[in-house]
Amino acid sequence: MSRESQTSTKRLVTKLMLTVVGMFGFGFAMVPLYDVICDITGLNGKTGDQVVQQTETVMVGDREITVQFLAQNAAGMDWEFRANDPQVKVKPGEIKVVSYHASNSHNYIMTGQAIPSVAPNEAAQYLKKLECFCFQEQVLQPGESVDMGIRFFVDESIPEHITKLTLSYSLFDITDYEKPQAAVTLN
Amino acid sequence: MSAAHDDHHHGPAKGLSRWLFTTNHKDIGTLYLWFSFAMFLLGGSFAMVIRAELFQPGLQLVEPNFFNQMTTMHGLIMVFGAVMPAFVGLANWMIPMMIGAPDMALPRMNNWSFWILPFAFAMLSSTLLMDAGAPNFGWTFYAPLSTTYAPETVTFFIFAVHIMGASSIMGAINIIATVLNMRAPGMTLMKMPLFVWTWLITAYLLIAVMPVLAGVVTMMLFDIHFGTSFFNAAGGGDPVLFQHVFWFFGHPEVYIMILPAFGVISAIIPTFARKRLFGYDSMVYATASIAFLSFIVWAHHMFTVGMPIAGELFFMYATMLIAVPTGVKVFNWVATMFRGSMTFETPMLFAIAFVVLFTMGGFTGLMLAITPADFQYHDTYFVVAHFHYVLVPGAVFSIMAATYYWLPKWTGHMYDERLGKLHFWLSFIGVNILFFPQHFLGLAGMPRRIPDYALQFADFNWISSIGGFLFGASQLILLVVVIKCIKGGKKATAQVWDGAKGLEWTVASPAPYHTFTTPPNPDLIEAP
Repeated sequence: MSRESQTSTKRLVTKLMLTVVGMFGFGFAMVPLYDVICDITGLNGKTGDQVVQQTETVMVGDREITVQFLAQNAAGMDWEFRANDPQVKVKPGEIKVVSYHASNSHNYIMTGQAIPSVAPNEAAQYLKKLECFCFQEQVLQPGESVDMGIRFFVDESIPEHITKLTLSYSLFDITDYEKPQAAVTLN
Repeated sequence: MSAAHDDHHHGPAKGLSRWLFTTNHKDIGTLYLWFSFAMFLLGGSFAMVIRAELFQPGLQLVEPNFFNQMTTMHGLIMVFGAVMPAFVGLANWMIPMMIGAPDMALPRMNNWSFWILPFAFAMLSSTLLMDAGAPNFGWTFYAPLSTTYAPETVTFFIFAVHIMGASSIMGAINIIATVLNMRAPGMTLMKMPLFVWTWLITAYLLIAVMPVLAGVVTMMLFDIHFGTSFFNAAGGGDPVLFQHVFWFFGHPEVYIMILPAFGVISAIIPTFARKRLFGYDSMVYATASIAFLSFIVWAHHMFTVGMPIAGELFFMYATMLIAVPTGVKVFNWVATMFRGSMTFETPMLFAIAFVVLFTMGGFTGLMLAITPADFQYHDTYFVVAHFHYVLVPGAVFSIMAATYYWLPKWTGHMYDERLGKLHFWLSFIGVNILFFPQHFLGLAGMPRRIPDYALQFADFNWISSIGGFLFGASQLILLVVVIKCIKGGKKATAQVWDGAKGLEWTVASPAPYHTFTTPPNPDLIEAP
């Protein structure tokens, strides 16, 4: 190869290597990108990232929306875990309080983390939580039972055709996580 | 041989070191092709285990967990070990000769990119001998099956994928540098043979998506060993994210396996139809369009995970759009054959079978693209039938066609045409008996990746297994043909096929160890 074409090969290969590095980075960039897209669209039933601050009920209209509550243990978890109120009817904007029950029947301390999901997906962004047990890890002593609360409202801008939505919690056993930071970024 | 003579004309080194240290594109091409064939037989033997177990309902031969290891290893080895290296081998052998270059642009890297492959696959295959067993989570290794619930050997799998990826990336960089910088004077881009064009575009796809694959297995590694939660729902991650990242790699990957095949077919059909390729320019643009579209359709693999309706519609229409440039290609191949003076030597038989059977695989792909229908077909044998139709009588047939087509140029001998035709017909009949009934199985609801099935699927599985054994056994004929052809046979002329056009046919057969050390006469270079 002539020297001229050697330098142009070198330049081309450098560019291609940079592309490779860039695409490797892009693979990782897809992680926050995916979270942002999920936040905006409610894809996968994720329910917003933050605690919503709202103190008083601002009821709008008189339509009623049924909110159903489901509970399930993820694989490897065997707490008794159920919703105390399987379903409630709410008006858009009305603040409601419901609770879940959990008990640890083992003879050792366990830590659980609940992960929420809303169906239908498009309803996820209209379900606003003021308070939720899923914001923290739940540490239960041997044999301990707790009732864990959720304070929420359904945003008044929820589309007309959604008359029923389901909030489902999967409870994971995170006892063995060395330093569980799970809850921090969670919704 | 005198030393002075050696200085004048470098022959290959003798013995094993020739292959270990070679930087010659032809040697490396040969290594890739033999490696790929070895992997084809290994992956094929796993397929034989699968078909033997599915021969009858009930569990006869293997444990379900071992069955899962077989489906996983079959997929991984065929995709990364057989099909991809075969095309890289063809590229190494043919691209420098097609564009009038003396060698690849980066010969040392070329050696390296081949020689890390055997280590990657040795590492991956060694998991079969370990207590924990080989990866058993499918070749798509969806999390959390491949993270939380994976066998301990998953780390070997991860590093093997890293090495394969590095090899592919190096190969791709080499091909781009060769095609863009080493073309003989007069070989303009729009005069390049389509095999070179399709490989150039494929190489860009490789560079764009192999790093994403490396990224996704790195995330798995971190989740498994370092307590991160990319895909772990309990820690705030999302398993569905895995599928998005994986298929962002995975969909372009399927075009990586088929675009070079389009190039091969576009070389063979004009030769045996004795006509110029119909619509050369449109072939180039169609290839580029397919490559572009491959980046925006990935979610059609995961319609059922839950997606906003707008997303499902977008991915459905974008997927269907790919049928347009693909249709252009099929039309051009048929138009090339139309009123040509066709003869049916083995490479042409494989090429025609490619056009027909790949098109069928394309149509089932269109069926799968229809979102509401996909909910029915998802994860059934219909999907298995679809992608085997595009990969076996698609990509694999094109590799076989290429082997028969260029074998005389590589060895200097004509292959045994009678055995070649026998190989073709047994493969053609075998592959259809093997995969056609799987369409019916899938439509009737048989799920993929199961070692046992309901009784109503017994008949078609029995037929499919017979076809599988026939197809598998007939591949040994290819081995015989190739060995016979290396050992001897009728001397091949430089031209080999009377209708063949292109620079590779202007050099002697077998191609000398060094070709185009001086560039070819620009007047010899004409548009294909």
